[in-house]
Amino acid sequence: MDNSKDILTIDLKKYDFRDEVEYVYTAPKGLTKKIVEEISHLKEEPEWMREFRLKALDIFLKKPMPKWGADLSGVNFDEISYYVKPTDRKGTSWDDVPDYIKKTFEKLGIPEAERKFLAGVGAQYDSEVVYHNIKKDLEKKGVIFLDTDTALKKYPELFKEYFGKVVPPTDNKFAALNSAVWSGGSFIYVPPGVHVDFPLQAYFRINAANIGQFERTLIIADEGSFVHYIEGCTAPTYSSYSLHSAVVEIIAKRGARVRYTTIQNWAHNIYNLVTKRAVAYQDAVVEWVDGNMGSKVTMKYPCVIMKEKGARAEIISVAYAGKGQHQDTGAKVIHLAPYTSSRVISKSISKDGGRASYRGLVKIIKGAKGVRSNVNCDALILDEKSRSDTYPYMEINEEEVDIGHEASVGRISEEEIFYLTSRGIPESEALALVVLGFIEPLTKELPMEYAVELNRLIQLEMEGSIG
Amino acid sequence: MEGLLIKDLHVSVEGKEILKGLNLSLEKGKIHTIMGPNGSGKTTLGFVIMGHPKYKVEKGEIIFKGKNILELPPDERASLGLFLGFQYPYEIKGITFQHFVWRSILALKEKKRNGERFPKNFIEFKKELRKKAEVLGFDEKFIERDLNVGFSGGEKKRAEILQMLLLKPEFVILDEIDSGLDIDSVRVVAEAIESLRSPEFGALLITHYQRILNYVRPDKVYVMYKGQIVKEGGFELVEEVEKTGYKIFENS
Repeated sequence: MDNSKDILTIDLKKYDFRDEVEYVYTAPKGLTKKIVEEISHLKEEPEWMREFRLKALDIFLKKPMPKWGADLSGVNFDEISYYVKPTDRKGTSWDDVPDYIKKTFEKLGIPEAERKFLAGVGAQYDSEVVYHNIKKDLEKKGVIFLDTDTALKKYPELFKEYFGKVVPPTDNKFAALNSAVWSGGSFIYVPPGVHVDFPLQAYFRINAANIGQFERTLIIADEGSFVHYIEGCTAPTYSSYSLHSAVVEIIAKRGARVRYTTIQNWAHNIYNLVTKRAVAYQDAVVEWVDGNMGSKVTMKYPCVIMKEKGARAEIISVAYAGKGQHQDTGAKVIHLAPYTSSRVISKSISKDGGRASYRGLVKIIKGAKGVRSNVNCDALILDEKSRSDTYPYMEINEEEVDIGHEASVGRISEEEIFYLTSRGIPESEALALVVLGFIEPLTKELPMEYAVELNRLIQLEMEGSIG
Repeated sequence: MEGLLIKDLHVSVEGKEILKGLNLSLEKGKIHTIMGPNGSGKTTLGFVIMGHPKYKVEKGEIIFKGKNILELPPDERASLGLFLGFQYPYEIKGITFQHFVWRSILALKEKKRNGERFPKNFIEFKKELRKKAEVLGFDEKFIERDLNVGFSGGEKKRAEILQMLLLKPEFVILDEIDSGLDIDSVRVVAEAIESLRSPEFGALLITHYQRILNYVRPDKVYVMYKGQIVKEGGFELVEEVEKTGYKIFENS
């Protein structure tokens, strides 16, 4: 039986496994202490990381499955093999990629080599040159942009100071799981006062570990710096794993600004359970721009903890739930200091029986005077079969604050579509026009090429040709 | 026949029959008007010609340019050259007026409808749009606003006429285009319709007021009553209805 479909992806190019053959064995399914130790050993990690992983495993095993959100009964941890199989360097084959994803690649006009990269069946060598140029430029400024595994080796002290501090393994079951078995992801450090004036994109990173199952990203923006990081792309991401559980941690020091843009379109079999959290110090700004398409279930609530006065959070998210999908997404803003402010804009679209839920938290502690917070969530439901719900939570313990919350649910009526089509626009395009108008607050925040791709993708979804 | 031909049309909505064997022959090159009391089925007729999904055709035919169009979706009918000016245009958020009309033109161009008469590119389109918007009394900012969103009743109607001018249809149905318009706007709208008068253009004005007919002179007048055409004639029929009301058609 071929086990390759469920192995853990690690960046195999970076390690010489020829010396490790003795450790190759067929692991039993399910997550055990032995497997976690094995991962740490293969990666030649320092002792503290090994302990960190093992502690996280304990926490993971003890914590119950969360019951408050989407239905996770389809996740079976025992069915996932966490075994690292060094001989299978690709992990998946092009033949395994479902037809609908291949078709979407085609319709989006994505080049052959890139398709394979996006599907996780090959590395994107074409971008190597581009990547190296970016790297040189960044190095001059003292910016560190590495995959997380390499960063641990090259910058052990910096790494240890921040890793697991914003999202500790105790945070939730899936953060614990990620902490135990993490691999890949991005590590970014921006020195004080440095502005990185082009977005850093995981896309340009040449290793396939990027789109692994349990990637771990850590961004440290030192005082007065600026960085924009982009994760994913609008093309569907195929993974043979049924579970994707990432952790992203951001530290924005005084006066720093970090923007983190995610556009993800997972294959329809994936449980996408991600913990994203930032800490913002005095006058720092953290912006999450988050677009979620695809997957079977997504649970993701980007969070900003405003620790010192003047910190600001901006969270813009769009979720699209199609047939058989549940997008349970939202935002958390936690005001721990006076004169901090937050703005949340959430848009969801549900179609063909999909379900989109907004789940959000606004928390203001006693003494955090002068806090301003504004939450706006709009849902668009495209047919009778589909569903949308809103779960806004508020914990406000200070009176001198200014809080706004607005929610709306809209439907596109047959009459509206008739009106648009009566001018000559085909029905699918008319629908797309309305949907694109609806999500414009997100698209206008995206770099041009992403906005264009997202628009095309929405159009394809409206044609009903995907999935 | 080059115009719009309606044969024995029976239409129901939610199980209720509204059009009951309607016959109508609307020639190209002429301006027609249908008058009738509220509830006689005038709006339904406009919707059915354009392909509204809620209205069910039980029987009959609608032939445009020699082709039965009943099976065609609304956008295909538009690409044949039909246009419906709505009595109550819908407000669509997130799409600006100019963007929407340009998208419509691109869609029509793609279906090869009078391509040479449409602007070649967006810049040319903007020029034409500005000129025609000004004629209809719209300022520069208007075209940047979301389609019909927050427009007054009169603005919506003038915006329908502006769309008509830009989309260059061959046959238009205008449903109560004069309602909600002040008297100056009625004149502007009427002039816009008259300006299209040519052997290649036909129109059907649906109205129960006579007001606009003082400015647009219809070539043919029909009276609709309880889902049927009960009388047709020239302009003198407008005056007759004005005097007698619709009661006299009760038993026709």
